[in-house]
Amino acid sequence: MPFSSLSDIKSRLDAGETSAVEVAQLYLDRIAAHNDSLNAFVYIDAHHVLAQAEASDKYRAEHEARPLEGLPIAVKDIFCTQDGPTRCCSKILKDFHAPYDAQVITHLKEAGAVLVGKTNMDEFAMGSSNETSAFGPCRNPWDTDAIPGGSSGGSAAAVAAALTPAALGTDTGGSIRQPASVCGITGLKPTYGRVSRRGIIAFASSLDQAGPMTRTVKDAAMITAAISGHDSRDATSVNNAPAVDWLGACDATDMKGLKIGRPKEYFVDGMDAGVRASVDAALKQCEALGAEVIDISLPHTEYAVAAYYVIAPSEASANLSRYDGVRFGHRCDNPDDLLDMYTRSRDEGFGSEVKRRILTGAFALSSGYYDAYYLKAQQVRTLIQQDFIKAFEEVDIIATPTSPVTAFKLGEKTDDPLTMYLSDIFTIAVNLAGLPGLSQPCGFANNMPVGLQWIAPAWREDLILSAASAYEGATEWHSKAPAAFDNKAGGES
Amino acid sequence: MSWEVVIGLEVHCQINTKTKAFCGCSTEFGAEPNTQTCPVCLGMPGQLPVLNTVAVDKSILTGLAIDAVINLESKFDRKNYFYPDLPKGYQISQFAVPIVEGGYIDIPTKDGEKRIGVTRIHMEEDAGKSMHEGLEAVSHIDLNRSGVPLMEIVSEPDMRSADEAIAYLKQLHQLIRFLEVSGADMEKGQFRCDANVSVRRPGEPFGTRTELKNMNSFRFIKQAIDFEVMRQIEVIEDGGKVVQESRLWDSVKNESRSMRSKEEAHDYRYFPEPDLPPLRVSQEEVDAIKAGMPELPGQLRKRFEIEFGLSPYDADVLSQTRNLAVWYESLVAAHPADPKRCANWMANELLGRLKEAGEEIENSPVSAESLAGLLDRIADNTISGKIAKDVLDAMMAGGSDADTIIEEKGLKQVSDSGAIDTIIKAVMDANPEQVEGYRGGKDKLMGFFVGQVMKASKGQANPGMVNQRLKELLKG
Repeated sequence: MPFSSLSDIKSRLDAGETSAVEVAQLYLDRIAAHNDSLNAFVYIDAHHVLAQAEASDKYRAEHEARPLEGLPIAVKDIFCTQDGPTRCCSKILKDFHAPYDAQVITHLKEAGAVLVGKTNMDEFAMGSSNETSAFGPCRNPWDTDAIPGGSSGGSAAAVAAALTPAALGTDTGGSIRQPASVCGITGLKPTYGRVSRRGIIAFASSLDQAGPMTRTVKDAAMITAAISGHDSRDATSVNNAPAVDWLGACDATDMKGLKIGRPKEYFVDGMDAGVRASVDAALKQCEALGAEVIDISLPHTEYAVAAYYVIAPSEASANLSRYDGVRFGHRCDNPDDLLDMYTRSRDEGFGSEVKRRILTGAFALSSGYYDAYYLKAQQVRTLIQQDFIKAFEEVDIIATPTSPVTAFKLGEKTDDPLTMYLSDIFTIAVNLAGLPGLSQPCGFANNMPVGLQWIAPAWREDLILSAASAYEGATEWHSKAPAAFDNKAGGES
Repeated sequence: MSWEVVIGLEVHCQINTKTKAFCGCSTEFGAEPNTQTCPVCLGMPGQLPVLNTVAVDKSILTGLAIDAVINLESKFDRKNYFYPDLPKGYQISQFAVPIVEGGYIDIPTKDGEKRIGVTRIHMEEDAGKSMHEGLEAVSHIDLNRSGVPLMEIVSEPDMRSADEAIAYLKQLHQLIRFLEVSGADMEKGQFRCDANVSVRRPGEPFGTRTELKNMNSFRFIKQAIDFEVMRQIEVIEDGGKVVQESRLWDSVKNESRSMRSKEEAHDYRYFPEPDLPPLRVSQEEVDAIKAGMPELPGQLRKRFEIEFGLSPYDADVLSQTRNLAVWYESLVAAHPADPKRCANWMANELLGRLKEAGEEIENSPVSAESLAGLLDRIADNTISGKIAKDVLDAMMAGGSDADTIIEEKGLKQVSDSGAIDTIIKAVMDANPEQVEGYRGGKDKLMGFFVGQVMKASKGQANPGMVNQRLKELLKG
């Protein structure tokens, strides 16, 4: 059971073979057994988890089961929840309890899901390795000396080690797809505007989007179906977004007639040879499934990282101004005056990467530099969007590696932020263009998982789900489990 | 050599919406601190703004009223600065593309009408209120005002004296109240003014300006500008240079003091607000708002003069607010025979009494229809104008209509010549010397007899008839 997909667990629950309480207990036991070695969860209230599971069993007994009835789902510490703390893995929010649920949390609750707890992440989602967390780094289940990716590293590690069958993450520049890739699971970033951002602690408002991290493509579809939809209290949530047959899209078993673009800028010198080989093999597999693979160019790709590291920090510098010690969050002891309160509260509360990005953003927006940095970055963003629009005149979907490398060792890049930033080189353009993207396992290199990234036009998550489902159906990569956590005695039925 | 004063004004005007600019909290003034707040206007993590469209419509209406361009696509920006009463650490404002651009306001000056350009009107949210007075080592913050919608109305540097600045502000204030886009109550901070002031020799380029911040009474604004002009002239004439800075008016000491210089000025790091898509309005929406625009004060004033033959003074008084104009027009509708009589009675008698009572026209205890009933009785000679004033007093106090009061108090004018003759004869009998004097050529004594007769009739005798019968009977 622990490595079962969400849809398998759902079938067993629907068939009465198990109960939500049993399922919850199984994963709680696994969390108790393994979280110390992974540090995937930063908050668990077992009693509350079981109470939700009991309520779900009772609901099932009395009503027709809801779409996610009794299914355990963990959420990144970035989602505000009325239950338990919401800290964004930052010291500045160490005592923060949100008096509201994020809209996606409301959706999960309404769909009958059992919320398992809060998962580890890079502080304020700023990082690619989960090493900037105020709660210490999370570890990769495939090699506990390696990073789980970031910023949704805790969610990725928790799903990969089957401490939960599914989790929510957020993706600003790759924070769902990159950790999914390096932990060997599936992660979907929906089209910008598909999922409400309300109640999700903002990093970069024009880029942030929540999405599922799961063991299978269909599981990702199930969760996205539940959490997406217009929210009148998020002005960037799109009303009348084109609908998707989320589950229907996952029935695809082949790729006949599908034109897949292979952008040459995503297969570059310096990327890991094993990663490249795995992705090339995956594309061969796609051809075998009936797809046509076409070489394309996304010429402005090389500027994506630079543009992103201007735009995202600029927005973040403003988004994080509210953590000032005045109304909530950390306040320093005995401030001399207002300025002292601001500077010490923020100095004590924020970690170094967060500070680096606030300073970068404030600099990029400052008088005299705005045109050279922020404005220029926005112009690059438009060019990147146009690259994709042009490419999609030629192909239906684009396939790339999710990350140029497999999971690196903890501490390997912490002293070198620029190299760290390059971890997201293949995922960032998707956010800048607001497109949907998915990473799924497609092999191993250096004994670590490799991810295949699918990119589709805006609102065409269905194309991604169909292609990824067909690939998943033809391969076994998604069902691999990290040996250290695959203790068959742990409740496999 | 003379100095020329150059003034530009920025007015922050609270848009009178029921709810705040970006959340559903009430904008009601005077509530207990921090009771009209929610996670959005408290700047809680993850909370997002949603634009109040009523504020948009009222900004557009204001733009149309000053003949400005309405930008069908405008944008919101974040203005970044730290202050404890600014919960998000940035204010949502419009910087690059405001909703309204251009436009003008005509002001009266001693040399006739002058046109003052309006650069732009943009929407933004208000901050909360910090309280320091009477507190030791702490400050208190009330965030009820946080997120209340404002219009910032920025003028061109077109004014050349404090008087012109005040004239502009009064015209703008009247216009805004007329459009009902703001309560514009200055005491409640709903209409606040910053003034940019500089001086120069005529014909020279603009001098260095200073900004006088946050003034909320016409009197203070005039004092502050006059003070600042004198200060700048003194600085220059002493061989110094005016420093670009913000200055705060101290209405107790009657002087301004420096808040911060340009060097210390904030870099607000404006950038597009990513939580709000560009604001798009259609030409059809703008046209619909235009169609619903009320007649403006200037138009009303002219119409009252032409249509009803009012004096410029009465026309001005009765077009001061929309409620006054509406009230006057209903009075004329109920007493159509004499619009001028309506204007006299409303402007002089009714408004005078209301002012004494500290009431506005909308709270008048006498309705337009009731006042018309009183004017009808003057017109048909039932009562004299003098008696009518007493009747109006009674109406203000008691609320019943003119006819009832006239009836109950027996104030009906005596127009029966027999009854008047009786009174006249009695007066003549009592004053034989004066009768003789009159008959001997002292015409001036007529006034004495009229007075005596009116007094004897307790004011109820028809004055016209009294005159006529006196002349007859005194002939002898």
